[in-house]
Amino acid sequence: MNILVFVKRVPDTESRIRIQHETRSIIEDGLNFVASPYDEYAVEEALRLKEAKGGTVRVVTVGREDAMPVLRKCLAMGADAAALIKDDMPETYDGLRTARIIARAVERKFAGADLLLFGKQSVGADNSQVPAMTAELLGLPQASVVTKLEIEGAAGTALREIEGGMEKVVFSLPAVVTAQKGLNEPRYETLKGIMAAKKKEIPVVKLDELGLTAEELAPKIVITGLDAPPQRQAGKILQGDPAETARELVALLHSEAKVI
Amino acid sequence: MIAVFIETRDGKIKKSSFEALSEAKRRAAELGTDTVAVLVGASVETHAADLKPYGPGKIVCLENPALADYSPQGYSRALCGFVRETGASALFLAATAMGKDLAPRVAAGLGAGLASDCTKISVKDGTLEFTRPIYAGKAFLTLILASTPQVATLRPNVFPLDAPAAGAAAEVVKKAVDIPDDFIKGRVAEVLKEQSAEIDVTEADVIVSGGRGLKGPENFALLRDLAAIIPRSAVGASRSAVDSGWIGHQHQVGQTGKTVSPNLYLAVGISGAIQHLAGMSSSKYIVAVNKDPEAPIFKVADYGIVGDLFEVIPRLKDELKKILAE
Repeated sequence: MNILVFVKRVPDTESRIRIQHETRSIIEDGLNFVASPYDEYAVEEALRLKEAKGGTVRVVTVGREDAMPVLRKCLAMGADAAALIKDDMPETYDGLRTARIIARAVERKFAGADLLLFGKQSVGADNSQVPAMTAELLGLPQASVVTKLEIEGAAGTALREIEGGMEKVVFSLPAVVTAQKGLNEPRYETLKGIMAAKKKEIPVVKLDELGLTAEELAPKIVITGLDAPPQRQAGKILQGDPAETARELVALLHSEAKVI
Repeated sequence: MIAVFIETRDGKIKKSSFEALSEAKRRAAELGTDTVAVLVGASVETHAADLKPYGPGKIVCLENPALADYSPQGYSRALCGFVRETGASALFLAATAMGKDLAPRVAAGLGAGLASDCTKISVKDGTLEFTRPIYAGKAFLTLILASTPQVATLRPNVFPLDAPAAGAAAEVVKKAVDIPDDFIKGRVAEVLKEQSAEIDVTEADVIVSGGRGLKGPENFALLRDLAAIIPRSAVGASRSAVDSGWIGHQHQVGQTGKTVSPNLYLAVGISGAIQHLAGMSSSKYIVAVNKDPEAPIFKVADYGIVGDLFEVIPRLKDELKKILAE
């Protein structure tokens, strides 16, 4: 089974996001960048499938050279190969542009994959766009936000999370699947893996090798503003007897906030 | 024209689809255009009666027996075809599990830009402008889409719902969707509901959420008891409670969980790590119960009780019971 896993470099979830208002972008200085947490579940699932069924796992990202450490981490986890599709454009928050790059790369550079795995979203852009867009562009079925995946021959069954329950999705391969927390417990890199990953060559695919037109590469999203969230004011703090504070709180929720 | 995809589950239209329709009507009025509510399925005309009171300009039923089960490919084909034929300028969907699954396919099929999980939509210089949280709400991105049509998903529980007008009329049009054999390569075969009748945290009006302060999985019963007496409520959890295995990850609120905006978020024994605050700070009211007066959660809480949750929560339940009975 040949599996492609798509990962993205993002600021870790403990990061405080600061904004550069003139460029309408976030300030990257001082941020710690990691593989998006959901991507780790995707890599782990790929490795487990490979261990059970054989085949190869290739990890791919679209981004700048500074995304290399994320690919090395995935190699250290056990991926066979990696590739960087080099795109120097800063964060566009535009899913379609990235999906077009990935779909074209799958056709031209990584043909023959049985499964395309992604995290359910990057923590950051929070779009949840790229996997389903890639599936549409390639005419493939998809199962997104998956917590259980089974592959049997050329068919797959997945449980995907919906409001208050699950959907059982059946599909044929090749397919796009996106990983949700709960799918598995990602392994840590081993020292041996880290050493081996350092030595592996990571090929770089140039954007112009993909033959996309300027129109196809133009972001559809035009950023008109980037702002910090509205500051919340600290409110009333109640202290003292539990029964008394509970009564007071309910009275406030009822008569002042009017939410109860 | 703004088209709105109307999602049905368990034979009923989702509230978040009515919210999306309400917002579409407001923006369409500003743009001087109309709205169309679009149902997709094998036979969906029965839902038209429930839609009419919400006042869409028109109701369109896109039908094919192959659309009986939800499939992103089949539904996307139906919606893409409809938008192309009608030249709709925008398509709105609720940012539900289905909406998030479907909207990107439709946008890619149409070559359109997609604004995901919007919390605000306005009209600026005759163009729709979308605002959406990024980094789980640590920042807000405002954008316009350089494409026609434009596709957007709207976060549930954020956009005001129009009051339904009894007796309102709307034209209902049925259209057969052409779907070639073998076109649909994946579909939903079965919907498995959770055992309890609990609603999802993303759809709840009130969330009672627990963290490390609960000390163990058994104490989530305290929160479940409290949630049980509050209408349209759900139990949430912090990442540390989920990672400790005290409660399922579908309850997790925060940057690697769900981003929520209920009317009331009650944080019990949650200190308020930045990645948790990101996921819930757009709640209308936040209440914190924590024994540590220095906990960061108090900095964002509208009301806080500094005290032992094991003493406070049972009493809070009694007080709520009294007031809800009135």
